[in-house]
Amino acid sequence: MRETPLSNCEREFIRKALGERKRLDGRQAYDYRTLKIAFGYDRGCCRVDLGQTRVLAQVSCEITSPKQQRPSDGVLFVNVELSPMASPVFEVGRMSDQGVEINRILERCLKESRCVDTESLCIIAGEKVWQIRVDVHVMNHDGNLIDCSSIAAITALAHFRRPDVTVDGTDVIVHTIEEKDPLPLSVHHMPICVSFSFYEQGKFLLVDPSDKEEKVMDGKMVIGMNKHREICSLQVTGQMLLLKDQVLRCSNIAVVKVTEITEWIQKALENDRQARSNGERFGFREAVVMDTVTTNQMNPEKLK
Amino acid sequence: MVDHAGHVYLPGELICNLKESEKTSKILVGPGLRQDEESIIVTKCGLLRFKEPNFYWIDSHLKRYVAVKGDPIIGIVAAKAGDVFRLDIGSSDLATLSYLAFEGATKRNRPDVKVGDIVYAKCMVANKDMEPELVCIDSNGRSGGLGVIGRDGGFMFQTSLNLIRKLLSSDCILLKTLGNGMHYECAIGMNGRVWVKAKSVSHTIALCNAISAAEYMSNEQIKAMCKKLTNALAGF
Repeated sequence: MRETPLSNCEREFIRKALGERKRLDGRQAYDYRTLKIAFGYDRGCCRVDLGQTRVLAQVSCEITSPKQQRPSDGVLFVNVELSPMASPVFEVGRMSDQGVEINRILERCLKESRCVDTESLCIIAGEKVWQIRVDVHVMNHDGNLIDCSSIAAITALAHFRRPDVTVDGTDVIVHTIEEKDPLPLSVHHMPICVSFSFYEQGKFLLVDPSDKEEKVMDGKMVIGMNKHREICSLQVTGQMLLLKDQVLRCSNIAVVKVTEITEWIQKALENDRQARSNGERFGFREAVVMDTVTTNQMNPEKLK
Repeated sequence: MVDHAGHVYLPGELICNLKESEKTSKILVGPGLRQDEESIIVTKCGLLRFKEPNFYWIDSHLKRYVAVKGDPIIGIVAAKAGDVFRLDIGSSDLATLSYLAFEGATKRNRPDVKVGDIVYAKCMVANKDMEPELVCIDSNGRSGGLGVIGRDGGFMFQTSLNLIRKLLSSDCILLKTLGNGMHYECAIGMNGRVWVKAKSVSHTIALCNAISAAEYMSNEQIKAMCKKLTNALAGF
């Protein structure tokens, strides 16, 4: 479906508000929206809410033959789905430019930073390796899909457990969960993308732009970084020229943001681990906030 | 006589024993209800509402607008095509607005409308098989507040259609209560768009957030929120 055009009135207002250092949702320029991380009942299923943006990541694994160039390495595969559920602009089937961009950034961030140890995914060199597949589904689009997807993807990878295998000569036995405890992937570090949007030729910058702010921006820079201050990917798009100190300032902001987000992820993972081991309830059902009215309400019916 | 009002209905349900008008023994059904020979069928899911003496309709949560004749709506000019402007009104199709349908417009004296402008207009033709048609004048040729808005600032935002109906209902005190604390202008389109303009950027942002937040609030909660908001803005 057609995209709703942005009116001149909205554009002017957002620019004017930026000039006064104000944002529509009352945030400061360097603030993230509220981040919520919830895990599904199954391992490797993670839903991340960043304000109104919502992304679901699901990790799965299967045994395949390795690539010929790298016979003793497992395979990591990233797939991003932009369904019409997220925004009527997205179409089914055909991958849009935005979809390709998000997919590539995530792939670069996760694969080329070698955050997941692919060598440990090898079962028999040259014959059988694990293929880890990360499916990222965008469920609601309110700007900054890249950050939200990258958080969802890396959290889901850290949450995932693969079945244990034993190799007996050329036979491979995949154990069920009951037989042997499943194993976590070895995640060395957590690269997280932080997006910056620029206005007025790089004069103003905003962290975590919302949908409207993304429509008004001149350009965008995405920094993929882990908490050890290592930059894993960096991408600049848009029509603008950036000064060196602007880039440096962004990377300094990214350090702070990445540290915060990584801590938040670790906390969420730890809470989930405790809930699972203590036999408490876990899964998406627990993440649902009760006692709020979300649509028209009906007065309770009397029992007859 | 069964009291149906306030109950949840799903599409396809039949409703019987509706209250008829005493004089004409007729029932008037609004959105979400349809007559099928002898019975009334629900076509949307939501709460059944009733108004004296014999009006029934379904109140449902919607975000996608379906054009209805006579609705005041806010459209964004998407294109100029010869004699008409084509406006995005949030429904499945673009609406058309003739350049002659403005106050004081003649063939020579064209109205000044640019692509990207927002226009407050009334829906004249709303047919399920045709493009909606808009006008910015009434039958006397007066604009009556319709026309291009938002040239001198203000902000437009999208809400659910529910909230719009709530804002415009006589029971809702939100706009009045907000007006006690500050001066503002606003235009409310039935297609879920609200344009507001206050004296400063921060006031406008506060208004936008107050209106969006009021969707599920009761009148007491709205009063409390407005009081808080006025106090906070006074401290700016």
